[in-house]
Amino acid sequence: MRKRLFIEELFAKALMAFSTFVVFVFVFSIVSTIIKYGWHALSWELVSQLPTGGFYLGKGGGFLNAIVGSLYIVGASTILGLTISIPIVFFLNVYLTPQSKFGYAARLAFDILFGVPSIVYGAFAFSIMIYLGMKASLLGGIVVVTLLIIPIFIRTMDETARNFPRDLLDATYSLGATRWETLWIIVRQIAPGIATATLLSIGRAIGDAAGVMLTTGFNDSIPTSLSDQTASLPLTVFFLWQTPSRAVQERAYAAALVLTLIVLALSILGRLISNKFSKNKL
Amino acid sequence: MLNHRLIKDKTAQAVMYIFTCVAILMVFAVGYGLYRESAPLFKISSVWDLTSSNEWKPLSQQFGFASFIMGTIWVTTLAIAWVLPISLMTAVYLTEYAHSRVKRYVFPALDILAGLPSVIYGVWGALLIVPWVANKIAPLFDVTTTGYNILSASIVLGVMCLPLLVSLFIEIFSSIPSDLREASLALGATRWQTTKKVVLRKSLPGIIASVVLAVSRALGETIAVLMVVGGGVNMPHSPFDSANPLPALIASYFSEMMSLPICMSALMFAALVLFVVVFVFNLVSRIVLYRIEKTFV
Repeated sequence: MRKRLFIEELFAKALMAFSTFVVFVFVFSIVSTIIKYGWHALSWELVSQLPTGGFYLGKGGGFLNAIVGSLYIVGASTILGLTISIPIVFFLNVYLTPQSKFGYAARLAFDILFGVPSIVYGAFAFSIMIYLGMKASLLGGIVVVTLLIIPIFIRTMDETARNFPRDLLDATYSLGATRWETLWIIVRQIAPGIATATLLSIGRAIGDAAGVMLTTGFNDSIPTSLSDQTASLPLTVFFLWQTPSRAVQERAYAAALVLTLIVLALSILGRLISNKFSKNKL
Repeated sequence: MLNHRLIKDKTAQAVMYIFTCVAILMVFAVGYGLYRESAPLFKISSVWDLTSSNEWKPLSQQFGFASFIMGTIWVTTLAIAWVLPISLMTAVYLTEYAHSRVKRYVFPALDILAGLPSVIYGVWGALLIVPWVANKIAPLFDVTTTGYNILSASIVLGVMCLPLLVSLFIEIFSSIPSDLREASLALGATRWQTTKKVVLRKSLPGIIASVVLAVSRALGETIAVLMVVGGGVNMPHSPFDSANPLPALIASYFSEMMSLPICMSALMFAALVLFVVVFVFNLVSRIVLYRIEKTFV
């Protein structure tokens, strides 16, 4: 009996060690594959130039259009997302009591929105665009990505704000401040949460392909207005990868490497920020 | 002076209230918008015909989604089936056994997995998993395949669900009071016995809810699956067949079918089906998870 338990314990431990090891294997396998294939295909020309006419057939040029396009989409949607979600988080945590039924329903709704796949947002935005008679454009992409990241913003910031000490709120009220005037105190207190949420959202926004596929179209030059079609990095990877020519596929690997490096940098930055602030937490 | 500040406070409240309401209404707006666009399709056939028929002939206006729905079910089920034990054991290890030094390496690794874009998983799958399935796995079963099939897609999809499942499980396991564990250990149970009979049993509802949540995430994954699943309109019968799950269907047919309004409705219907399933799954599992959070905290 004793022995059987001992063996079972060992067996369970071995399984756990194996499972955890598998996680590392996948991370290493994905990152090393992308670096291995992307590294020798990557060149300065690819990241600094616009595609020429025959770029997708193997002629010269680069995918600067996609890098700038992604930057436009991500930058605009992050700013929009922040301006929409900070008031909502503030409302949920200051104007509503923790027991509020409305707050419960709202959080449930945001959790559901968080789970909606980006292709569904893409299809929804596309249906709005048909309704309004709009064509595929930078604006459509910004709208889709904003829809996609608002739930991420709200959930991540709400998690920090919920642990916010209520005493601090009571202290500001006792000094005669209105709820509106406590806004700045709260924003300052949950600043690390806002930073983490922003990095998470940027990571998600820059990697989204399904949503923008349906709404932004594609463009070989840098868009000059909101109604222009726009290229983005994930879609460039996808389109280049789809071509039959091996030389062009190599460019897809280079673009994938650029995308991976951006996302990895964001992830490391996020870790640093949350480590830095969790050390000084009250 | 006082009045002025109160007015500001109340105005802010009203504006924020409207913001929040609009954001909540988004859930219904998405459902309604998709329904409106797919409505023309319901005029030519019923929902039952659409989901049970296998005939996909857009040009003669026959839209049967059965093979795409089956493809979705195949890919999702296989992915969750292999990733569930792995993520469960990893989460048990991290909460019940691991030293904090180990955690310092595992969490960033999971962060990276969670942050990598879908298209990167697709490239990795096409470069590594597809040849591996075609050259190593398929011969074991005496099948010839290009490797672009359900099995490859479910491997890639599983890895994408791994970080979500592990983080949900960790949250559930750490919400279980340590008194329960200590009681079991004090009675002479081994660590694994405690895990098995106390921690896992106590968190069963949470585990099920998390799996449902992961399933709904897996259902909507588009680009990575599209890149390795093979496509086509045939009904899949084994993991070595190619398939075209609903999100991949929308993405792959999108550009060619946009010009025909009825075909557009068909794709919107696919998005509507996805939305309804994801909505129900999320609603149920979130409510269960909220309950768990409340009982233990």
